[in-house]
Amino acid sequence: MVDKKPTFDEMNRADGSPRDTYARYSQWLENQDTARLNAKSAEAEALFRLTGITFNVYGMEEADERLIPFDLVPRIISANEWRTLAKGIEQRVRALNAFLYDIYHNQEIIRAGRLPAEMIANNEAFLPQMIGVAPPGNVYTHIVGTDLVRTGPDEFFVLEDNARTPSGVSYMLENRETMLHMFPELFSQIKVQPVSQYPRALRRSLRACAPPACTGMPTVAVLTPGIHNSAYYEHAFLADQMDAELVEGHDLRVVDGRVAMRTTNGYEPIDVLYRRVDDDFLDPLNFNPDSMLGVPGIMDIYRAGGITIANAPGTGISDDKAIYSYMPDIVEFYTGEKALLKNVPTWRCSEPEALKYVLDNLPELVVKEVHGSGGYGMLVGPAASKKEIEDFRAKLIAKPAGYIAQPTLALSTVPILTEAGLAPRHVDLRPYVLVSPDGIDITPGGLTRVALNEGSLIVNSSQGGGTKDTWVLEE
Amino acid sequence: MRLRISHVTSYTYEEPVPYGLQQLRLRPKSRPNQTVLDWKIEIEGGKLEVGYEDEHANNVDLISFHRGETDLTVRCSGEVEVTDAHGIIGPHQGFVPLWLFQRQTTLTQVGPEMQKLVDALPKADQGLPQLHALMNHVLDSIPYSTDQTATDLSAEMVIYAGQGVCQDHTHVFLAAARALGYPARYVSGYLMMEGQTEQNASHAWAEAHVQGIGWVGFDVSNAISPDDRYVRVATGLDYGGAAPVQGLHFGQGREQMQVALQVQQ
Repeated sequence: MVDKKPTFDEMNRADGSPRDTYARYSQWLENQDTARLNAKSAEAEALFRLTGITFNVYGMEEADERLIPFDLVPRIISANEWRTLAKGIEQRVRALNAFLYDIYHNQEIIRAGRLPAEMIANNEAFLPQMIGVAPPGNVYTHIVGTDLVRTGPDEFFVLEDNARTPSGVSYMLENRETMLHMFPELFSQIKVQPVSQYPRALRRSLRACAPPACTGMPTVAVLTPGIHNSAYYEHAFLADQMDAELVEGHDLRVVDGRVAMRTTNGYEPIDVLYRRVDDDFLDPLNFNPDSMLGVPGIMDIYRAGGITIANAPGTGISDDKAIYSYMPDIVEFYTGEKALLKNVPTWRCSEPEALKYVLDNLPELVVKEVHGSGGYGMLVGPAASKKEIEDFRAKLIAKPAGYIAQPTLALSTVPILTEAGLAPRHVDLRPYVLVSPDGIDITPGGLTRVALNEGSLIVNSSQGGGTKDTWVLEE
Repeated sequence: MRLRISHVTSYTYEEPVPYGLQQLRLRPKSRPNQTVLDWKIEIEGGKLEVGYEDEHANNVDLISFHRGETDLTVRCSGEVEVTDAHGIIGPHQGFVPLWLFQRQTTLTQVGPEMQKLVDALPKADQGLPQLHALMNHVLDSIPYSTDQTATDLSAEMVIYAGQGVCQDHTHVFLAAARALGYPARYVSGYLMMEGQTEQNASHAWAEAHVQGIGWVGFDVSNAISPDDRYVRVATGLDYGGAAPVQGLHFGQGREQMQVALQVQQ
């Protein structure tokens, strides 16, 4: 760690005494027998194996599917802290939807000189086919997973907005389920806001976005690329929990001006499709003609008002990390208010002065690909070897506009259970946000990801991170 | 001029088609200097699924094949009144930002051949003079010829081939105009050729955007700006975005297509 500021531990103060939020939990923990806890940890792993919750790690050949490690020490957030966070998230998500609508219509923010046109013109996720399309209720991001990190008592930053296809919500649900199963007594002593309503809330929220062609109770389906996708477990899980059909592209076709799925009673129209297939593969007639995963003609039906696609095609422009750097302006432009949640200060390497600064300070910075996600292709300066830094320097010089850089943040820690007892590890937080014309619904808590290696700042499950149950305390 | 158009496209398949879709951009719109008096599309062997306006304000119809069909016919007919505006379409309208029309597409990528062609362009003032010079330059470099039968050639390949049809000329013009800094788009439509009723194919030309004037049409193959013999049907960044038909079907058999097109006064 190169940070001057001491790391903020969410459980314990510097003197080792528990913070108020954790007081009751710490008390309970003190009375636990270490051997019992270790046994519980093994039990948790067995439970996860039993449910089959796995995650495919790209770039690992030996293991097709892997269990994401679960740590049984919860991450706890007070009701007060959560209220502040939720307000900030809601503001940001509203702004995102207004921004997406604007980009695909008048582009006022560009006309006003608040966002350079190149940010959209060079954005690979910008879909000309969405220009002039107004999705039902003007909702683009039906499901958002805002990544937050904490650096101090009242200091939260948004790391990424994840407006395209945030995954991981099944872990949020399974983690809680597992904790309830293993430590029922804990939940009677400490009042924690529930999360199990998420699948019902998701279904309600999606149904509220039915297209004009829908008559009667909207039919929801989940579109998966299939069993080889890393998040297939989650697709099947969510479909099951929502009591919706899980479908693949070849199950669907255009019938009577709608997209319909094959059922035992013939073809039935789908009103809202929660798709976990990327834009490019969604429709071989309109996008990548080689896609075997999509539904030919779904964009035509969508544009004619025959189906709702969630999230809307083309929302990925806001996941671009160069766009991220403009989020404070974007929030202000569309809400007329200052952003409640802070952005991590970001150097856009496309700007010559920024590039010079970044090249001069590589060992101190985190450098990310503008279009990257999942922790791939990034450099964490303080953790990188000299050779890694020099290799990255060459990449940066070759294509500066492809990168942004941020200071290395002193991410907060929460202890995990190790064989040697409790040990602090860095964490982040991904709350899940549902958007519909009825409003914005944020499940209290979300998914806490934890970097299992001592000192590591990379929490991505694809990079060896684990997860924790996240508690938001009742008032 | 009042033009009567009949455009029949017939597809025959060796094997029955279990499932197939076609996206049609075959419905002209009324606009300044172009009034659609009557237009209909009839489909045999399939049916209309939905219609909508795309981002370029083109009318799009999505049709599906009847299950197990071996013949599909799309029959367009109607009357359009056109007045001569010397190719001038006017100010840009709609939500599509002008910078999008400066994008290189797969079919309009600039390569070494294109660079040579642009470098050899005779000097002319910016705007209309330069674009007219470009139109003539493209036709001089790439004479009209139907010998080349390959479709979907990129602009770069067309220059290398040294000859082409209206679609090829249009792609070369678009790529060059964009390289020179003009927003430019592809137009598909109909042209009444002098002294003949039967036309062998629908036509294509280009439009470039000139500061202070707006969109202006350039028909490279005929080295003129469109007049009252031209009916605009659809526009896009290249052939792919403005094509009269984009289709996709399942099944093994080969497809054969026949076009019968009449444009007359």
